[in-house]
Amino acid sequence: MLYLELAVQGLVQGSIYALIALGLTLVYGLLRILHVAHAALFTLGGYLGVLVTNATGSLTLALLVAMILVGLVGMLVYRLCYQPILRKPPFVALIASIGLFIVAEEGFRIVFGAQGLSYASPPLQEPVSLFGGIALKQAEIAVMLGGAAVLAVLGWLAGHTRIGVACQATVSDPAMAESFGISLAKVRYLNFFIGSALAAAAGVMVALLNNLVEPGMGSVPSYKALAIIVLGGLGSVPGAVAAALVLGVVESFGTIYLGDLLDRDAIAFAFMIAVLMLRPQGLFARG
Amino acid sequence: MEYEITLLTTMAISVLFALSLNLITGFCGQISLGHAAFLGIGAYTSAMLTKAGVPFLAALPAAMALAGLVGVVVGLASLRVRHDFLAITTMGVGFLFIGVVRQQELLGGAMGISGIPAPGMDKPAFMALTLGLAAATALLSFYVKRSWMGSVFNAVAEDEDTSRVLGIDVPRYKLVAFALGTVLAGLAGALYAHHLRFIGPDSFGFIESVSVLTMVVVGGIGSVYGVVCAAAVLSVLPLWFQFIDDYKLLVYGGLLFLMMRYSPEGLAGLVRRLRQRRAMA
Repeated sequence: MLYLELAVQGLVQGSIYALIALGLTLVYGLLRILHVAHAALFTLGGYLGVLVTNATGSLTLALLVAMILVGLVGMLVYRLCYQPILRKPPFVALIASIGLFIVAEEGFRIVFGAQGLSYASPPLQEPVSLFGGIALKQAEIAVMLGGAAVLAVLGWLAGHTRIGVACQATVSDPAMAESFGISLAKVRYLNFFIGSALAAAAGVMVALLNNLVEPGMGSVPSYKALAIIVLGGLGSVPGAVAAALVLGVVESFGTIYLGDLLDRDAIAFAFMIAVLMLRPQGLFARG
Repeated sequence: MEYEITLLTTMAISVLFALSLNLITGFCGQISLGHAAFLGIGAYTSAMLTKAGVPFLAALPAAMALAGLVGVVVGLASLRVRHDFLAITTMGVGFLFIGVVRQQELLGGAMGISGIPAPGMDKPAFMALTLGLAAATALLSFYVKRSWMGSVFNAVAEDEDTSRVLGIDVPRYKLVAFALGTVLAGLAGALYAHHLRFIGPDSFGFIESVSVLTMVVVGGIGSVYGVVCAAAVLSVLPLWFQFIDDYKLLVYGGLLFLMMRYSPEGLAGLVRRLRQRRAMA
């Protein structure tokens, strides 16, 4: 029973990781940039979700507003921060991104206060009993189902639409894709929009699960999402999703069995380092 | 006077720490996002030993040795993974260090260690010691940079594969860079512990790793002058301007971003460009 419960909790956490890591891995696949500031967009999504829900009383509206606005902010981040330094060595973008993330976190603290915000009347908190005597909050179920739905839709779009195929072509060979008439700029903006919107959705859901948004809520996911995309084989979307779910479950069991030795984050990174030493190309990368 | 002494000691420790990262990231091109862990290893080693009665000057080499030992192990990781993978691996090492320390009652857990013994000398003498060690590290950096080994480091940083083809034993030099850099970080850590007399896991976290990287990057990756200047200024800024303290991270983050966006070569690069422009005119 304990095992089942741990596994399910791990999957809930893993679904959130997957939503965050997806945007990160899209950006990496396209631009070879480790987009640390991605987690700032996740936090922004959380704040917008809480603010709009409290103002209008509708979580659905809040989710939509957060996703669209944050998606646009993501495009802006690409235009203003990354596009000018694409030709520089990779550490330049990485360090710039860390700087941007720190500025954003501090910005949230200054604008919204260090205490954080919560929902006036948090929606989706009713427990639902499932098979095997496990009870989950509605919000937790929504996270898992929502995550799965998003992945299914994205997977279908990538394979069955012109723009999806264009994205895939750009990832595998940008120069060749461009010579076939694909607009690199369009593909990049689209990827930043989708990835950022997904991060915002994850932010809204995490705010719902903890009933709290605070300036620092992005730090742990940001570094962990990096671990996840590395585990998945940098730039691989299915790899990142699988790694996110695996890491959620590993953490969930690890905190029970290794909790005295390491804290939750350390378990995640210990797992990542161990995997990298054995398979430097990541868990799910080919070759 | 007391205040100036504290200021100079803090500055010297930061310079030493930043130079230690410059050896690894600047000279040898191996990016590290977990360098504060080695500061931490040095600090904890020295704190535990002196609390057990070992004299400070005997604890110093032990702190350096342990930090260097772990550094070589992490250096081995740099032989397996490169660039972005290495950045994330070293970041993981940083989180791992914090995670381990926080769960060990023996090491003070999340509360940290307080009441670390004084270094057994008065404050001006300790200041002189830290300044002397920082100066020695700067000299060592100059020496290494101009030496045969410095050129090899540079080759590895510029293009690892070509270096290998040229017959350079790349793994050996990477390990040497990691060993040197982390030994010095351990030294900085030991000085840090006895300067503040209190250490906790949060003093050695990711933010600290990013701060020291900021110093190196703002100074100009690989430039000894630049890194010394940047570390000296950035470490005392929060002390000089009390109002910065609240916004310290905002200033650090902003500097990192703006520097990378507009002048990835850092202050050293800016100065070089200005000089060239003057020479042209």
